[in-house]
Amino acid sequence: MGERKGIEVSIAVAESASACDVDCIAAYPITPQTHVVEHLSEIVADGELDAEFIPVESEHGAMSACCGCAAAGARTFTATASQGLALMHEILFIASGLRMPIVMIVANRALSAPINIWNDHSDVMTERDVGWIQLFAENGQEAFDLVIQAFKIGEDKRVLLPVMVHFDGFILSHVVEPIEILSRDEVKSFLPDYEPAQRLDVDNPISMGPVGMPPVYTECKMVTEAAVRGSYGPIVECFDAFGKQFGRRYKPVETYRSEDADVLLVTMGGISETAMSWVDQQRSQGEKVGLVRFRLWRPLPMDDFMQAIKGAKALAVVDRHFSPGGPGGPVAQEIKYMLYNSEQRIPVVEFVAGLGGRDIYFTDFDKMYKRAKDVVQGAPIPPFELIQARGGHYGEV
Amino acid sequence: MPKQVPNPNWKDLALGGAVIEPGSAKYNRTGDWRSERPVWTDKRCVGCGVCSIFCPEGCITMIPDKTLDNERGYRPVTDLEYCKGCGICVVECDKRCRVLECIVMEEEKV
Repeated sequence: MGERKGIEVSIAVAESASACDVDCIAAYPITPQTHVVEHLSEIVADGELDAEFIPVESEHGAMSACCGCAAAGARTFTATASQGLALMHEILFIASGLRMPIVMIVANRALSAPINIWNDHSDVMTERDVGWIQLFAENGQEAFDLVIQAFKIGEDKRVLLPVMVHFDGFILSHVVEPIEILSRDEVKSFLPDYEPAQRLDVDNPISMGPVGMPPVYTECKMVTEAAVRGSYGPIVECFDAFGKQFGRRYKPVETYRSEDADVLLVTMGGISETAMSWVDQQRSQGEKVGLVRFRLWRPLPMDDFMQAIKGAKALAVVDRHFSPGGPGGPVAQEIKYMLYNSEQRIPVVEFVAGLGGRDIYFTDFDKMYKRAKDVVQGAPIPPFELIQARGGHYGEV
Repeated sequence: MPKQVPNPNWKDLALGGAVIEPGSAKYNRTGDWRSERPVWTDKRCVGCGVCSIFCPEGCITMIPDKTLDNERGYRPVTDLEYCKGCGICVVECDKRCRVLECIVMEEEKV
């Protein structure tokens, strides 16, 4: 087994990419992911990692260069956050459309304005449609492990898609945690050398990225849908194989003390660990609460989620982003989509919290639980609420 | 009429929408784009080949023709499967030829 040590999570993530023996890194620094990119440039310069490190002029250049590297047949890695992810937005669609298995770690950070370098999910949730596989890490070990699994999933010949691994900016990226660091040899036994399905080769010339006229674009998008949705099987296989080999098995939807819960909290990312502690506190007081978390976000694991929430009397969904003037938070929207046509009609109480790095405390969870409990006891379902906003969302203080 | 190729089903598309056959642009018969076609008037052409050099599609070939009364014994022939009717051949010819109207553009018959 690997060496377990106290290490800053960003550095661990860079070590993970190094253990995967990546061939190309084209990246641009942005708080809070900068340490990932800096450490990678150090280990490439020191000769510890035999890779091409391309210091580009912006994140747009970073993702473009990554597409070029992947097209040439290189195992490619990059990192970004917030404004950087937004800047590379147009190329993200291209990476998935061209089936480039790039792995990108995203240190989730709020979008401007106002400028905010702290953790929330506004950068993630505005990239739901880009056709990438998306995974969430809740602690440093998961961030380390998911990078390795991201390469395995993306490079699987049945998948061939780019993969984003999300981890909370500052909350995880700048925190020292005890992480088992796997060596390059250990990872190689799980993740063999990359064999591209298709690459730019002068001996076998092809053209990548041509125009798709109206008669054919719809079919190309159907391919993306089939590829993302069809990646579910290989993802679960990868989780199982990783669990068998390294002892940590991940699931598309993770649950915590949810079996007999009346109210289920739904979270994603780092706040899940705070939520787990809150659930323990409530359970010790006899309250029947539990926690359900999405680890796999795209493809959306609908069957797993519907299975996890069976029997609950209400869901309290904590979104960390919302659409102003729209239907609330994205996670709640997608949950309601799943519930609408199903026989389970569980009330969904929607909250938006943790924006721009605002810490979520037990008292916040208490407030959410109170609202959800009222609904279980017959109160009308309230509309979505920015529960931490001073001044109240709907006028009350 | 250019050959119509059936549009593929989504399962038949190449990976990543790549074009895997080199030179496949030749299946796109751009001849049906034009609304005028170049017509060569043999009496005045000197067979210099400038029209052939400047054609952006490479549609004009110079073929030998012993029956002609010009110095070089060549005349241009246009591949109408691909000619888009841009008129560059006419413009370049007019710049150099002391005699005008070796090539003229005529409206395409519907």
